[in-house]
Amino acid sequence: MLREGELRIPSGCSISGIINKDRKRISGENIIKSIALMHDRSNGLGGGFAAYGIYPQYKDFYALHIFYEGLSIKMKVEEFLDKHFEIESAGNIPTRVVASIINKPMIWRYFVRPRIYLENAKERQMDEDEFTSQCVIKINKDFNGAYVFSSGKNMGSFKGVGYPEDIGDFFMLDTYKAYTWTAHGRFPTNTPGWWGGAHPFTMLDWSVVHNGEISSYDTNRRFVEMFGYNCSLQTDTEVITYLFDLLVRKQKLPLEKAITIMCAPFWDDIEREYDDIKMELKSLRAVYSSALINGPFSILVGFEKGLLALNDRIKLRSLVAAQKGETVYVASEESAIRLICPDLDKVWSPKGGEPVIALYNNEEEK
Amino acid sequence: MLNMVPSAFKIIRDENKCIQCKVCVKQCANLVHYYDEEKDIVRADDTKCVCCHRCVVLCPTKALTIINYPLDYRQNANWTKNYMDDIYRQAQSGGVLLASMGNPKPFPVYWDKMLLNASQVTNPSIDPLREPMETKVLIGRKPEKLEYDKKGKLATKMPPQVELKIPIMFSAMSYGSISRNAHESLARAAEELGICYNTGEGGLNKDFYKYGKNTIVQVASGRFGVYKDYLNAGAAVEIKIGQGAKPGIGGHLPGEKVDEDVSGTRMIPLGSDAISPAPHHDIYSIEDLRQLIFSLKEATAYKKPIFVKIAAVHNSAAIASGIARAGADAIVIDGFRGGTGAAPARIRDNVGIPIELALASIDQRLREEGIRNEVSLIAAGSIRNSADVIKAVALGADAVYIASAALIAMGCHMCHSCSVGKCNWGIATQVPELVRRLNPDIMYKRLVNLVSAWNHEIQEILGGMGINAIDSLRGNKLMLRGIDLNEKELEVLGIKHAGE
Repeated sequence: MLREGELRIPSGCSISGIINKDRKRISGENIIKSIALMHDRSNGLGGGFAAYGIYPQYKDFYALHIFYEGLSIKMKVEEFLDKHFEIESAGNIPTRVVASIINKPMIWRYFVRPRIYLENAKERQMDEDEFTSQCVIKINKDFNGAYVFSSGKNMGSFKGVGYPEDIGDFFMLDTYKAYTWTAHGRFPTNTPGWWGGAHPFTMLDWSVVHNGEISSYDTNRRFVEMFGYNCSLQTDTEVITYLFDLLVRKQKLPLEKAITIMCAPFWDDIEREYDDIKMELKSLRAVYSSALINGPFSILVGFEKGLLALNDRIKLRSLVAAQKGETVYVASEESAIRLICPDLDKVWSPKGGEPVIALYNNEEEK
Repeated sequence: MLNMVPSAFKIIRDENKCIQCKVCVKQCANLVHYYDEEKDIVRADDTKCVCCHRCVVLCPTKALTIINYPLDYRQNANWTKNYMDDIYRQAQSGGVLLASMGNPKPFPVYWDKMLLNASQVTNPSIDPLREPMETKVLIGRKPEKLEYDKKGKLATKMPPQVELKIPIMFSAMSYGSISRNAHESLARAAEELGICYNTGEGGLNKDFYKYGKNTIVQVASGRFGVYKDYLNAGAAVEIKIGQGAKPGIGGHLPGEKVDEDVSGTRMIPLGSDAISPAPHHDIYSIEDLRQLIFSLKEATAYKKPIFVKIAAVHNSAAIASGIARAGADAIVIDGFRGGTGAAPARIRDNVGIPIELALASIDQRLREEGIRNEVSLIAAGSIRNSADVIKAVALGADAVYIASAALIAMGCHMCHSCSVGKCNWGIATQVPELVRRLNPDIMYKRLVNLVSAWNHEIQEILGGMGINAIDSLRGNKLMLRGIDLNEKELEVLGIKHAGE
C-alpha cells in the first residue's frame, strides 16, 4: 500500500485549541482531555499536538523534531544538519510506553542555529528563516526515511499514528507547559500508518491542524509550488501551511489580508463595497485567485503572534469558539470546550470565512 | 471540362407532403430547388446542395430529407472517396482546395477522453440553487504579489483587467467573414451576458462602438481598420499571430464581400480583396512582438490588456513563455479544430495540434517558470459544450473562446461552405437579402440563452465537485481523470487515469 505523500488521502477530523493571551503556561492535560472527548471524530489513524512556549531555555534556537526510520538515514541527516547548523543540543524525545502506540519510528529533537555565514546563503541574501525552511524542505524531499515534523522556535509539534489522547500520553505532554496548545484527531479514509502523515503540519513557527477536505487542493498546490514549495505529503494541511508561509512570511502580507485571500468575500459582497475597498478586494481576488481555499475546512493556525481559527466561507465544517478571561478556546464541538472550562464568559459559532484571531497581549521577552 | 466529382447529397422530397409552396425555392441561395411550371412541381438539383438544412427547417410540411449521396466507389482503405474527389477537383481547377469551419477529421477529441470528479461523503457537494456559485473571472496581467504601505493601504497598482461574468467569450470573427447582423447579435449578447466578443481582423463598424466595454478589438497582420479610436474602443486589444484552423498563413476576404460598409470598416477600397499576410511584417521575432505589444499599450495609455493569440503548434509551450515575457497580459491558444471562414483544406486538416494538449503543456511550462500567475490563458479551438469549458479550466485556462458554437446557436448547420459567401442562414455572407434573414433581436437572445445555459451547467458541475468559485478549478487537475489514454497522453495532460 502506498504511504502518505504517494497518494492523496482525504480525512475528516476533530480539532481543539487553547491560547492564553498573557502567555501563561499550562500543562498539556487539558488539551488532551478536550480532544479525547471527541474520540469518535477520529479513528486511531492519527493524532497530534502543537505547543507554543515549551522551550523557553532554547527560545533562540530552531527546535527540529525528526522521525527516522533507521540508523543509517539518521547518520546521513545528522551529517547534513551538522554542515548547515550549529547543534546546541540533541537527543531523543522522551516518551512513555503506551499499549496502543506501536510501530514507532526513532524520534529525535535538535536545538539548532543556522550556519548562515555559509557563502552561498549570504550570496542569496537569505535570512535565517528562509535558510532553515529550505533545509527542512530539502530533508523531507531528498532524505528518504527521515521526516522533519517540527521546525519552529520555542514551539514543537508532537504527533503519530494512534488516537490523539494516546499520542499525548505517549509524548508525556502532561509534563510540558505551553501558552498555546492545538490538537488534532484524524479520521483518514485510508490507512497510511505513517507518522509523518499525522497532524499538525508545521513549517517554522507555523502549525496547522485542520478538519476538512478542500476541493481546491490541486489549484492551491500548483500555486505554492510555483514559489519553490514541494507538497510532498499531498495533504490539505500541508498546502494550507505553505499558503500562510508564502503570503505572510515571504510576501509580507498582513495576516488579515491573507485570510481575505483564502476565504475571499463573494463578488456580490465586493460589489456592494465603497470604491476603494472594492478595488482592494478585487485586486486581492484577482492576484491570489489560486490561493482561495474551497470546500469544507476548519483550521487552527498557531504562529509566533498567536492563534487563528478559520472556517471555509460557507461554513461546511463545525467550529465553536469561547472565551474565559484572557484564555480563548476553539474546538470542533462546544462540549470539548465546556469539559475543560464549564464557566465561560462567552461562547459563539464563528461565521463562515470570519476568523477568530487571538493575539498575545505582550511580546515575548527576548 | 467534365465534372467528375459526384454529388455529395441527395434530396428526397415526399410528394405526398409537398404542397408546392416554393419556400425551398425562395430560401436556397445555392439554387438547388426550382419550380417546374409546366408540370407544376418543385424539383431539386442535388449537385448544388451543401446540406445547410435551410429548406428542411423552413419547409412547412416537413416534406424534405437530405441524405449522403449513396454512390459507392470500389472499396479501398487507402484511396477513400474524399481523397479521390479532391483529386478530381484539383485536376479540374488547378487550385488550392478551400475549406471552411474546423478540422473534421477523426483525430482524438481529448475532451471526450477526460472525466470529471464529484464529492461523495468526505466532503459535501454544494447546491448552486441555495449557495453562491461564482463564475466571474478577471483577465489580465497580475503582479507577482501585492504590497501594502506602512499605513496598511494597498501600494501595488493593478494592471488593467477585463471582467467576465462567465469565463466564456465569443471568439474572433471579422465583419466581412460574417454579416453585420451576426456581429450585432454577438455584440448585444456579450453586453447582456457581461462577457466580450471579438471583432476579428475586420475592424469595428462605427455603429458598434457603443458595445466597446464588451468588445475585444483585434490587430492582425492586415491591420484592417486599425487606428487610434479603434484600439481605444474595446475592453482589450488582441494581436492575432495565428489561428488554429490555418496556422502559419494569413487570410483572404474576396473582393465581392467588400461592400460599402465592409470597405469603410476595414478602410480598404470598395470591392478590393482583403489579404492578410502570413506573418505580421513588423514581427519577425519575439523581440518584435514585444515592441508591438508596447506600441499598443502606448496607444491605449496602458489602460487596456493586450492579448496575443497563437495557433496551437508543436512548440507552443516555449512560444507562450516568450509571449508572457514579452509583456502580453493574456495568451490565447487556438487549437487545430478551431473554425474559419476559409482555409486551405490541407492546412486546416493537417497543421497544428489539439487544444487540450497545447493548453496543458503551456500551463505546466509557465508554472515551471513561475510565471503562470502573471498572465491569463484563454483556450479556443472547438469548445462544444459546458463540460469542455470545465475541462479547459481544470487543465489551466482562465477562460475560453467559442465561435463555432455561437454560430450554431444562430442557425449555422456546419455545411462547411462559408467561403462561398452564400450562407442561407445569413451568417457568413454579405448578400443583403441573405443577411436580412438573420434577425439580431432574436439571434442575440439565442446566444444569451446558450451561454446562460452553459453557465448553469458549469455551476452545477462546480457544486458537485464541492467548489463554489471557478478560481478553485483553474489548473485543478485532480478533478480530471483520463479514459482510454496512453501513458504519454496522460503525462502531457498531467492527469491520472480513471480508477487511479
